[in-house]
Amino acid sequence: MSTVGVGGAGGARVQIEGVHKSFTLDGRSAPALIDISLEVQTGELLCLLGPSGCGKSTLLNIVAGFLPPTGGRVLVDGSPITGPGPERGVVFQEYVLFPWLTVAQNIEFGPRLMGVPAARCREITARYLEMVGLSEHATKFPVQLSGGMKQRVAIARALANSPSIVLMDEPFGALDAQTREVMQEELSRIQRVEHKTIVFVTHSIREAVYLADRVVVMTSSPGRIKEVFPIKLPETRNRFAPEFTHYESEITRVVKEEVAKVHE
Amino acid sequence: MSTVTDLVQWGLRGASQPRRRALALRVGAVLAFLGLWSLASGLVVLLDLFNPIFLAGPWLVLGKVVQLAANGQLWEHVGATLLRVLVGFTSGAVLALALGLPAGHFRAVRNALEPIVELFRPIPPLAMLPLFIVWVGIGETSKITFITYATFFPMFLTTVHAVQQVDPLLLRAASSLGARRTQLFFRVVLPAALPEILTGIRLGVALSFFVIVISEFIGAEQGLGYLINDGRNFFLVPQMLGAAIVLGLLGYGGNALVVLLERRWLRWEHPPSA
Ligand SMILES: Nc1ncnc2c1ncn2[C@@H]1O[C@H](COP(=O)(O)OP(=O)(O)OP(=O)(O)O)[C@@H](O)[C@H]1O
Ligand SMILES: [Mg+2]
Repeated sequence: MSTVGVGGAGGARVQIEGVHKSFTLDGRSAPALIDISLEVQTGELLCLLGPSGCGKSTLLNIVAGFLPPTGGRVLVDGSPITGPGPERGVVFQEYVLFPWLTVAQNIEFGPRLMGVPAARCREITARYLEMVGLSEHATKFPVQLSGGMKQRVAIARALANSPSIVLMDEPFGALDAQTREVMQEELSRIQRVEHKTIVFVTHSIREAVYLADRVVVMTSSPGRIKEVFPIKLPETRNRFAPEFTHYESEITRVVKEEVAKVHE
Repeated sequence: MSTVTDLVQWGLRGASQPRRRALALRVGAVLAFLGLWSLASGLVVLLDLFNPIFLAGPWLVLGKVVQLAANGQLWEHVGATLLRVLVGFTSGAVLALALGLPAGHFRAVRNALEPIVELFRPIPPLAMLPLFIVWVGIGETSKITFITYATFFPMFLTTVHAVQQVDPLLLRAASSLGARRTQLFFRVVLPAALPEILTGIRLGVALSFFVIVISEFIGAEQGLGYLINDGRNFFLVPQMLGAAIVLGLLGYGGNALVVLLERRWLRWEHPPSA
């Protein structure tokens, strides 16, 4: 486990240096990621786009410390990671809530582990419950929640642990369009205050342009970096501004090329 | 059974209604069974089919049980059986958890234990009873050891399986929230494995009542198994049936205790819908 301390507000720098990843299937080694080098700046929100199966979750798992890379390395604030750690919060594509804990207990799981006093835990929980709009559901168990509600608990659980880096794997994938926009606005509002370092995987180009400081488009499997788009838009973004739609169509063109390759 | 929260939520009526109907159905079924039984034993007497001593009516059996209860004998036998089950089962459960939890968690422990367990598991526990008697004598120790031995295997195997089946994503989630090794074990592995572990415990409880009778057939002075065997020697059919029914009730009670634990600890699987 890494020794990097838990940051409150503020992020940390993530350097992904020449990362390769191969999986062995039936004795044959198949590449999933090829030569990924990226630097995510402190306080930057970086969006990863790419066709299904191109290795976005794999890359996130490597940065989280769940999977060792086959080659290359990942540094956080200059020191190589050796495993998962609380300074890197994760929101999983599959939610992964603890089914035996209530919504509130799931959210305070991290703070409780850290020995945060009970009263402070309650404050934190209340704050994040409110943020994700689940205050009414604090005492429910995960089996009683819809997919979108589970996803929001997973987001609250990751943020309540105040990580300096947040790795989010399609965190809004299960939400309806309206809730999704509300959550996007909420995340960008949090980001303006807390300046965390965020790696955000999504399939929605609009979402990427709305949230990201930079958008990274990956090639179809095996994943490489195809193109990086710095998004030079004001912090508060208007989805209907001409510059916004310009980025959108530009990125769509590049993503489509790769998605087409999957179906060849 | 209605919990306090149910009562608060529904009052004395409402949600408890279907439950009451289920209870009525159960009581009705038991009464119908007793009626049929009386009818059968009555017909045996009326039509002179065979010696009625072989099929005593429920009232004779009940009378015998009441009589044994009144003169205190029943409680001695029940006490003896329960004590053996309690000690034997508890040691079996402690052993199964103490070995099963690490075996599920650590591959090395599993690899070391597996061949030994697989060697003994296919042997019917009953085959080992005479050996236990030779080794530790015919007294309490062999009976208790027998229960421990017989209940160990199903509880050990379910525990190992339960721990192995824990979703690795849950461990990832917890470790990225800062959980260390021991915290992972106590806060993730244990609660995630608990449902299946309790299923194993339930099997163990049922099995204890199953095997205690056999060991009480051999060289016991007390216990419900002794009561049955003693009844056989003297053709005391009401005593045999009575002891068997009391055993059934004890087994039912043991199961109900585990169900109670499951309700309390596994509420998250079927939380009361609000
Ligand atoms: N544990 C594993 N063992 C073998 N192959 C794997 C494993 N995990 C992922 N892969 C392979 O690696 C590639 C990338 O998978 P990954 O889950 O990272 O894709 P993704 O970009 O997240 O896709 P999606 O958008 O559908 O979530 C896929 O070809 C997949 O089959
Ligand atoms: Mg994925």
